[in-house]
Amino acid sequence: MPEPTTTEPSPGDSTHHHGADPCDEPAAGFIDCDESIGRLYSYLDGELTEQRRVEIARHLDLCGPCVSAFGFEAELRRVIANRCKDHVPDALIARVAGAIQAEADLQSN
Amino acid sequence: MADQAEFTDLAMEHMPALYTAALRMTRNPADAEDLVQETFLKAYRSFGSFEAGTNLKAWLYRILTNTYINTYRAKKRRPEVADVEDVEDLYLYHHLGADHPGGLGRSAEEEALDRFTDDDVKAAIEALPDAFRIAVLLADVEGFSYKEIAEITAVPIGTVMSRIHRGRKALQKALFELGNARGLVGAAGEGR
Repeated sequence: MPEPTTTEPSPGDSTHHHGADPCDEPAAGFIDCDESIGRLYSYLDGELTEQRRVEIARHLDLCGPCVSAFGFEAELRRVIANRCKDHVPDALIARVAGAIQAEADLQSN
Repeated sequence: MADQAEFTDLAMEHMPALYTAALRMTRNPADAEDLVQETFLKAYRSFGSFEAGTNLKAWLYRILTNTYINTYRAKKRRPEVADVEDVEDLYLYHHLGADHPGGLGRSAEEEALDRFTDDDVKAAIEALPDAFRIAVLLADVEGFSYKEIAEITAVPIGTVMSRIHRGRKALQKALFELGNARGLVGAAGEGR
């Protein structure tokens, strides 16, 4: 089992998404892995400003481990959406149609 | 009075999505059916106030959510914890496998997701407290934007964002613990 993770990854922390962080000292205008992971959800949700989105995209161009983590989170979203379908009982469709009909009849009288 | 044929034409196609949401909210088929029927009746009665051309699906979800909160939640016997614990980023990713060197195609962690069944995912969502469950449901199952969810649930967009982000992480932990209990997922690195 993995060790419990902490929010502050320490050097050599095997649960940090990559150990030897190639992005520890990003150049000006570039973001590091912590920032990239911190904005992962907003990025996948399409909720970032264009500037922020470009910063992430640029980071992903250079960082394989972040690409892998982003890919997993995107796949998880698809799995959750696909596994949450339920069949509507025919009886419910009929019941709702009937209730609306009764309401309409009531209103027209 | 709203035109019955027009309402039926436009609204009924959203029933599968609304029923799914109702099931996750109430966690109970009988209550979910009542909630959906009530939502459609209220929507029909208020259809005159719906602005044509605006987002009908979001409008129906607003009625569903309000009806759930005002009626079904109030009925619940057991008080519910209102918060989720803080779970670290990438919880499931880390727990499903050690960090594999990135290859092309699907990773071992992504393959591991296939072991979760529909019931696992539904149970993990249903384990979340109301506010988080509703936010995650609207975002991840229904695909609404943060702004739409803010309108549907009548809370500020910053609150919506926080609920979605924290709720997703709590969902990952719930999913892993469920899978672990069923022996689907085990120690990190075992996934093939």
